[in-house]
Amino acid sequence: MSVDQKVDGSRRQLLLVTSAAGGVAAAAAAVPFVASLTPSERAKAAGAPVEVDIGKLAPGEMMTVEWRGKPVWIINRTKEMLDSLKKTEGEVSDPNSDKPMQPEYAKNETRSIKPEILVAVGICTHLGCSPSDKFKTGADSGIAADWPGGFLCPCHGSTFDMAGRVYKSKPAPDNLEIPPHKYLSDAKILIGEDGKA
Amino acid sequence: MSKNSQSVMDWIDARFPLTSSIKGHLTEYYAPKNFNFWYFFGSLALLVLVLQIVTGIFLVMHYKPDASLNAAGVPVAFASVEYIMRDVPGGWLIRYMHSTGASAFFIVVYLHMFRGLLYGSYRKPRELIWVFGTLIFLALMAEAFMGYLLPWGQMSFWGAQVIVNLFSAIPVIGPDLSVVIRGDFVVSDATLNRFFSFHVIAVPLILIGLVAAHIVALHEVGSNNPDGVEIKKKKDARGIPLDGIPFHPYYTVKDIVGVVGFLIVFSFIVFFAPEGGGYFLEFNNFIPADPLKTPPHIAPVWYFTPFYSILRAVTYPLFGIDAKFWGVVAMGAAVVIIAFLPWLDRSPVKSIRYKGGLFKIILAVFVISFFILGYLGVLPPTPGRTLVSQICSVIYFAFFLLMPVYSKMDKTKPVPERVS
Repeated sequence: MSVDQKVDGSRRQLLLVTSAAGGVAAAAAAVPFVASLTPSERAKAAGAPVEVDIGKLAPGEMMTVEWRGKPVWIINRTKEMLDSLKKTEGEVSDPNSDKPMQPEYAKNETRSIKPEILVAVGICTHLGCSPSDKFKTGADSGIAADWPGGFLCPCHGSTFDMAGRVYKSKPAPDNLEIPPHKYLSDAKILIGEDGKA
Repeated sequence: MSKNSQSVMDWIDARFPLTSSIKGHLTEYYAPKNFNFWYFFGSLALLVLVLQIVTGIFLVMHYKPDASLNAAGVPVAFASVEYIMRDVPGGWLIRYMHSTGASAFFIVVYLHMFRGLLYGSYRKPRELIWVFGTLIFLALMAEAFMGYLLPWGQMSFWGAQVIVNLFSAIPVIGPDLSVVIRGDFVVSDATLNRFFSFHVIAVPLILIGLVAAHIVALHEVGSNNPDGVEIKKKKDARGIPLDGIPFHPYYTVKDIVGVVGFLIVFSFIVFFAPEGGGYFLEFNNFIPADPLKTPPHIAPVWYFTPFYSILRAVTYPLFGIDAKFWGVVAMGAAVVIIAFLPWLDRSPVKSIRYKGGLFKIILAVFVISFFILGYLGVLPPTPGRTLVSQICSVIYFAFFLLMPVYSKMDKTKPVPERVS
């Protein structure tokens, strides 16, 4: 455009105003489309608590149940397993569970309500794989000669101890999540609800 | 042309630029006369795109994107793929063409990109062609990733789980973003359905648009060639490049030879090794998705492994943010940096034929480390392998980031006036 051509100010203004109004309308029209991408009401409602009978879970055994589509582990830890937590204290990145990866009542040495029963979400805090249990200690584990037992994530090699605490300098940043849970009786756990929230 | 058909053409041409388009893009589009083997892969990429679209259309007629379990306790999506493989007449062939086609697409595209690297096809005035090409590569990765979820096997599920969780590493918005991508708190039926929608509608549309832009930009400036000489600089009296030949019939015929050669290899794989030894279709993907059990070893399909290795190579937290986030950043940067090549290369010559030993050595080291990254990406990590992948990742980025320096230092040879 040459310099001496005069811009019609009022038309230019009208152009700007209509463009802006059109832009606002387009952005508003995008809202329902973006909203449709978020979890539906049904998906949100699917988080019902799960009742588990742990009466037959022998010491040293582990069971997996599904809660909100995720695997939740329940492990009846032996005395040796619990003792190993003392040894790993110096090697894990968050030994006192300072990060909020568990409810307040599981923020203790064993990360559990009853010392021997560990309830944890079996999803690695790195990229969401499910770690495998490596309860065998020592060289047998295929991990390290001084392996005290715990979990190994097959995807990127993160390791966790018998309380789901992540070892230092591993890809996973946090300890395994402890879900809200409570004991309905000695042998029955309700996962997903603790009556405190 | 007979008189009647000529009048039909005249009628159309008065209403639609048919003759001028055929001339502009085929019979009077002058391509350099010295194209070699490496120039097959552009047209082959187009062929594979068509193959994927056609086979895809037929697969959608039988496939069901449904994660719920059927009466036999198998996810409906998984069962529908098995149904295609066993009960639909010819279904196995169409499915294997589609799954092998995905790997073939990446083989062809990687070779096509390497051709650009060899002959400086990204240099001025072809920067936009290269940028469109990088976007095509990105779209292709998205397309392949989302397609891989659809069979709803173990690798589908856990691969998607890992990759979607990458986004949750982004500070502040990450966790919510990954929920929006999945449409649920875990990879579920909602995820499967939206990936299906993206895979069959959204991304193919984008892909076709980008391919059109790629070709329009190419035909605007004309093709580069193995000598990196601009053929438009030397024209005859009629304004036709002296070293140019019409794309049709010369290169259409040449490309048909490429197509035949490609189809021989492709058919061999489809008929005799459709799983590609576990690299094209991973064995774990013949097990239905189980959200409670991760397979002992998760590896992406081969075409993602170099970038996956770069992701895993980042193990140090930085600025108080987890290593996981920086791994994601490194992986994204590794793809995006390719788009900047036109501005990183400062060499006075385009083609490797006239570049010096320095560039050739660096290119060779780059290619080797890219292969090593790809190889390490399929293996489980060990401390030794992580160290090697860290070294190779540094080489990968150094190839691009140091290019402004070494491409200037390199001793180049004089470029001829015309193509040799």
